[in-house]
Amino acid sequence: MSHAPVASAADNDADYSAAEEAHGLAARKIGGKMMDIRNITLRFGGVTAIKDVSFDIHEREVRAIIGPNGAGKSSMLNVISGFYHPQDGEVWFRAKKRGALKPHQIAKQGIARTFQNIALFKGMSTLDNIMTGRLTKMKRNMFWQAIWSGPAEREEIEHREAVEKIIDFLEIQAIRKTPVGRLPYGLQKRVELGRALAAEPKLLLLDEPMAGMNVEEKEDMCRFILDVNDEFGTTIALIEHDMGVVMDLADRVVVLDYGQKIGDGTPDEVRNNQAVIDAYLGVSHD
Amino acid sequence: MLDHAETADTFPKLLALNAEKRATLPASREKEFGIWQSWTWAEVAAETRQIALGLLSLGFEPEDRVAIIGSNRPHLYWSMVATQMAGGVPVPMYQDAVAEEMVYVLDHAEARFVIAEDQEQVDKVLSVAERLPRLAHILYLNPRGLRNYDHTTLHALSDVQKTGAAAEATHGAALDRRIADAKGADTCVMLYTSGTTGRPKGVVLSHDNILVTARAAAEFDGLEESDSMLAYLPMAWVGDFIFSMGQAYTTGMSVACPESQETMMHDLRELGPSYFFAPPRIFENLLTTVMIRMEDAGAIKKKMFHFFIDHAKAMAEKKKAGEVPSGKEKFLSTLGEILVFGPLKNILGMSRVRVGYTAGEAIGPDLFNFYRSIGINLKQLYGQTEASVFITQHPNDAVELETVGVPTPGVEIKIGDNGEVYYRSPGVFQEYYKNADATTETKDPEGWVATGDAGFIDEGNGQLRILDRAKDVGKLADGKLFAPKYIENKLKFFPNILEAVVFGHDRDSCMAFINIDLNAVGNWAERNNIGYASYQELAQHPKVYEMIGENIRETNRSLAADPMLGHCQITRYLVLHKELDADDGELTRTRKVRRKSIAEKFGDLVDALYDGKDEIYTETEVTYEDGRKGSIKATLKIRNVETFETIGTSDKVAAE
Repeated sequence: MSHAPVASAADNDADYSAAEEAHGLAARKIGGKMMDIRNITLRFGGVTAIKDVSFDIHEREVRAIIGPNGAGKSSMLNVISGFYHPQDGEVWFRAKKRGALKPHQIAKQGIARTFQNIALFKGMSTLDNIMTGRLTKMKRNMFWQAIWSGPAEREEIEHREAVEKIIDFLEIQAIRKTPVGRLPYGLQKRVELGRALAAEPKLLLLDEPMAGMNVEEKEDMCRFILDVNDEFGTTIALIEHDMGVVMDLADRVVVLDYGQKIGDGTPDEVRNNQAVIDAYLGVSHD
Repeated sequence: MLDHAETADTFPKLLALNAEKRATLPASREKEFGIWQSWTWAEVAAETRQIALGLLSLGFEPEDRVAIIGSNRPHLYWSMVATQMAGGVPVPMYQDAVAEEMVYVLDHAEARFVIAEDQEQVDKVLSVAERLPRLAHILYLNPRGLRNYDHTTLHALSDVQKTGAAAEATHGAALDRRIADAKGADTCVMLYTSGTTGRPKGVVLSHDNILVTARAAAEFDGLEESDSMLAYLPMAWVGDFIFSMGQAYTTGMSVACPESQETMMHDLRELGPSYFFAPPRIFENLLTTVMIRMEDAGAIKKKMFHFFIDHAKAMAEKKKAGEVPSGKEKFLSTLGEILVFGPLKNILGMSRVRVGYTAGEAIGPDLFNFYRSIGINLKQLYGQTEASVFITQHPNDAVELETVGVPTPGVEIKIGDNGEVYYRSPGVFQEYYKNADATTETKDPEGWVATGDAGFIDEGNGQLRILDRAKDVGKLADGKLFAPKYIENKLKFFPNILEAVVFGHDRDSCMAFINIDLNAVGNWAERNNIGYASYQELAQHPKVYEMIGENIRETNRSLAADPMLGHCQITRYLVLHKELDADDGELTRTRKVRRKSIAEKFGDLVDALYDGKDEIYTETEVTYEDGRKGSIKATLKIRNVETFETIGTSDKVAAE
């Protein structure tokens, strides 16, 4: 299969080729702690969005964050991504305490995300949109990019190869050159996932990846998420409302309600947790 | 070179010959990661040998059958030849079949190996594996998603190839012996016919069948090693086998595989093949796409397009009548080529087509005229799996709309007393696998095979003309000839109509089911601000009924002028609430209408048509892609259509 004449981008593609070579191995192994969230409290003025929440995310696992509307799920994801800085608590990423970061620093750390409301460049093609995901990987400066010959051209070819692999992976070859704005919703979501993957993240954050999809699109998306986790060994944290999806996908689930953690464990444990059942079915809060 | 070719009487021997004679010419192409990759004949020979050696390492025995399941991929084509090298028989299968359909073929063919394209196909096979005691190994091409599967009997094709490359010393000699021992009379391939009725039958074809037929047809059209084609039709279909394998190996031309099924049009355009085959359906779809785009185009473009297309059609008529176009007309034709036809052919990917064929079903005359008038050498051929495809085909200089051409060199044809067409040729199949009764029923001791189609030899030009399936040709209650497919094809030329089923056998008049084309009608609805939430709703929209009614009225008008079928005008119709689908048993896998199943399944609707009702409530079971079932409920409207006075009386009574 690897008949591509294009030189492989050794360091950029390390994860991909490693994943490819490793194929045929036994079940994927969940590793040690990748991210440790310790006693996070996040306030917006007088509103406390998250109150003293702690949990962790292990290497190569699929971690779901669930909870009723307004439980603080998206805020939590924004804390993980570094977009929000909690007033209290610590975020440890790969055994290092993380301070306040600028967005590009977060991206360089290996964290990528998709959004609840699709955030793509509507007028640009699928290919170009996914290419923007490679921005942090581009080494040549603006001068070289402008001249676009020699090293910059070679680099572009390498990035294009990586992007083509993602296009192949997500089975969107047919829309490679189609402007994203013309695509149906389900496909746009897939392109957005493609852009996040283009950054070759260690940790992928998905904010309601299946919202607004029909059953068939959901099944496709589930398969892609599992395959990403499987093939590239990417750790995934996702927010999702469809409980069927969460129970199928996730290795562990953390449940938030009114900004507090009310459950944490395997899907089965969470399903049988009385606090979780109450939160979802609704009981009066005294 | 021909002498050499003649001694190479099997695919493996031909491959060796091509690897020697055409070592550096491209043999296979595939678009991957957005770039066309190609393999020369020498590279193909090396890859194929590795697969064959790999199979031997897995304990492959002579006569083992290998099911090939997937879309058109070079590696899958190579796997077929590798199977033959190792002394086995490849059985390509339809990749869109559900597991339940697959299990019958896998079991009947006694497949010991399966070579599948990807996880989807592997999953299907695994889900029925316990009912297939003979199945020993499953190989797959695309490792995606399969990493965590139990790999005791599951192997990546690339791994098998690696093992094979390392096993040259241990198995090389044995492999060479198996290649040398194979003869032209040995089984080359087993193809399961999709069958409009009953269980599929395994048609056994020998190397001689395929290679002699492929060679004769290639010489007939003057195909050369410099030709190229796109392999995009199901590998299980005999046509793909004879074009992409038979003719490619005998002529040495290159075969390209599209990136995916959805990108086929793009790939076709990039590739610009010189040899192109498509069933009428594809030509219809292409035309529909063009027409939709023309509807959206600006006024000037639209005008220009219609002006030159009309001009081209008029010129084609003139040429047929033997008249010479005037200077002005010639000038307009040249201008049309520059402004419309050239760019249009480029968009369609047919700029370089030297020989284009359509077959599988009768093509609508208007459709056929369209492509020929813009300068594409589109011809018809008439064939069957049992004949290794070729029975008759159009010569380049005598293409007639109504006929399917003259017998391919080496083929004899005769018309039976009942009007059925019979043929005898070097391509006539060996047998139906494990079905001696069906074999003797179809093939008589002298080698004549019944086609099941009714037809006659046109006295004017000596070409064969097909009327309809012999069993479909019926008669109206008054004894007049009724040929449903002819009418359906006329209806299907309208871009709005995807599929039509006409009833009339033993009835007073003809009535029809119509399937709308969601692309064309959806686009039309958008332009006319007609909102709809589902296929069903759109299908039942009064405006849609109006439009379809107008299309049928037009059809009736043109039928009225037909001396043979003027009485077959459609009096009533309804628009179906679901698209006819192979998964629901309404179409065959090659997308031919299963008339009988439809009449049974929608019996209530047929009755309602003939009862004179205005509408009918119905529930229909549907099968989803993953095999689950559901049901659709709908109330369908039924409308009448105007019919016309027939011109010229018809006294032709159906042959019994």
